[in-house]
Amino acid sequence: MYVMIAGGGKVGYHLAKGLISAGHEVALIEKDKGRAAELFEILGETAVRGDACEVRTMKRYGMERADVVVATTGDDEDNLVICQMAKQRFQAPRTIARVNDPNNEEVFQRLGIDETVSSTKIIFNLIEREIETDQLVPIAALKRGNIEIVEIDLGSDSPVLGKEIGKLGLPPNTLIISIVRDDHALIPHVNTELESRDSVIALVESDQEPALRSIFVGER
Amino acid sequence: MRVIILGCGRVGSTMARMLEREGHEVTVIDWNQDSFRRLDTFRGKTLVGSGIDMDVLRKAGIEKADAFVAVTNGDNTNIMSVQIAKEIFKVSKALARIYDPVRASAYKQLGIETLCTTSIGAGLMTDFLLSREPRPVMEYCAIESELNV
Repeated sequence: MYVMIAGGGKVGYHLAKGLISAGHEVALIEKDKGRAAELFEILGETAVRGDACEVRTMKRYGMERADVVVATTGDDEDNLVICQMAKQRFQAPRTIARVNDPNNEEVFQRLGIDETVSSTKIIFNLIEREIETDQLVPIAALKRGNIEIVEIDLGSDSPVLGKEIGKLGLPPNTLIISIVRDDHALIPHVNTELESRDSVIALVESDQEPALRSIFVGER
Repeated sequence: MRVIILGCGRVGSTMARMLEREGHEVTVIDWNQDSFRRLDTFRGKTLVGSGIDMDVLRKAGIEKADAFVAVTNGDNTNIMSVQIAKEIFKVSKALARIYDPVRASAYKQLGIETLCTTSIGAGLMTDFLLSREPRPVMEYCAIESELNV
């Protein structure tokens, strides 16, 4: 496959390296003179200097036979234009744009860019998913991970709502250390009743964590 | 008419004052607060921010704007912001100033209104130099494709 990469920053460079070692033909186009020289030292003739937004540059490095065009610069407007020009002028079969500002992902889609990659969004989604499906987030590990402090957000479907802490039947070696309710941290007592949207902070031995989770979150 | 001008350089600031004098409601956006010094007596709204940020554009009133003009010194910023104005906010008149004649004609073919001041300037000056009558502006915009034939 012939892959044209616009932008020789970290993303473009590592992508080029990876594709080359997988046996693909690559052109890495970098605008900045100094950076292009650096890349040339490492990658040889794969790295070229030029403004990938210019049709002249695209033509010179064989855009018409590129199978994939990847725009990885740090400027979203440049990435958009590179992909659109590659399609408009060279009928590039596949264009992929890096999106730096997650807000622009929607814009790119609505402007007809078929594939976008947003590293910021990907990381954010991973973290969000972690929180949402688990509802139990490790905050800190003590004693080399033997004991953890965890936070559990109580949803409206939590089985413990309206129950007193003393009657939950907590697993051994578990301590509820605080309840955050309406932005106030409370020191709980055995007869404190749990409410929806409470955040429960607990100290728990790592191997008791699943038991704690099933009490507060229920079985899924 | 409610007009948003993106880019307060020489062209943007001149347009802002011209349009205001003719009674239009003008908002000017620029990255740099400093650029607004060019506006002199202009009394319309100014906004510091990025022209490809939908929140900034909303703040500038793009949802109710009749026209949007992008005249920053970055072709790609102009291209992207005009597409946002046209495709997402459905502004009926959206125009991008583009320096690169190739990009200008490519986007014209994609249905984006562009004005290539490079071609217009070069064409006008060439005609002047050769003592010819100036041609209609849009004829100059087609110069690049003529040269490539």
